[in-house]
Amino acid sequence: MIKNTKFIIIILFSLFIFFIFLKGLEKPNNYLPENTLKKIDINLSLKELYNQKEVLLGELINNNNFSIINIWASWCLPCRDEHNYLLKLKKTKSIEVIGINYKDKKSNAIKFLRDLGNPYSEVLIDLDGTKSIELGAIGVPESYLVNNKNKEIIKKYIGPLDDKKFKEILKIIKNEKI
Amino acid sequence: MKKFKFILYIFSIILLFLNSTKAENSDQVDKISKNLRCLICQGQSVYDSQSDFALSMKTLIKKKINEGKNENEIYDFLKNKYGDWIVYDPEINKNTILLWVIPLILFVFGGILIIKKVSIR
Repeated sequence: MIKNTKFIIIILFSLFIFFIFLKGLEKPNNYLPENTLKKIDINLSLKELYNQKEVLLGELINNNNFSIINIWASWCLPCRDEHNYLLKLKKTKSIEVIGINYKDKKSNAIKFLRDLGNPYSEVLIDLDGTKSIELGAIGVPESYLVNNKNKEIIKKYIGPLDDKKFKEILKIIKNEKI
Repeated sequence: MKKFKFILYIFSIILLFLNSTKAENSDQVDKISKNLRCLICQGQSVYDSQSDFALSMKTLIKKKINEGKNENEIYDFLKNKYGDWIVYDPEINKNTILLWVIPLILFVFGGILIIKKVSIR
């Protein structure tokens, strides 16, 4: 009798553990950094893609509009997917799209923009990836919606922009403006 | 043959010298990057990882060291950008207090249990 109850307890216990692990499998186990960095570092200086001039990030976001800071690279496939959304965002009033070219060859970057269209009002380069880390990025593509008035990041989008994120951006801007 | 040996000696001394000057800085980089979690390839440290993110992170750490920043300043800088999760060695604060206290409690509790069992005998 005792042997039987022991056996049942062990079976139940292993089943219990099995289901806990099964549940754990479904959970996304990738940690994404919370939006800890709220302010954009306005003193971050980056080179311009076409004329190699040093620009301060603060100079580019000094009006009353909104900016999208988009980190991209010509070798990054998801960047091609999101490119159309960036072109659409460019046409939207009160948004300026600033591109940061991540660890890329200059010629490839220029070809990429020539082939697919250039949504950026300014293209900056980050050759060794350190500037992106200063911005708090973990890879490409990544986009930040920035309120130019107070230089604060409203929302970070890690990964390519899609329909849902695009609509959300428009909605946020509509609400913030009022 | 003697000449060859002599040249070999000189060569190895030069190599040794080059190595030691380079090592000083990179030791520090290694030490810091071993304590940082790579956010792209989770489960690996920045030191172990060869991802773009980790490589850039190592360059950045090198730059910061050359600027004269110390270890804790670099951790603070990165925590400010990526949150506490990026360091393997979490600080004691409101969110992590349980993490630090629970093992202690378990240890004390277990100790009491053992002492009780032994003293009963």
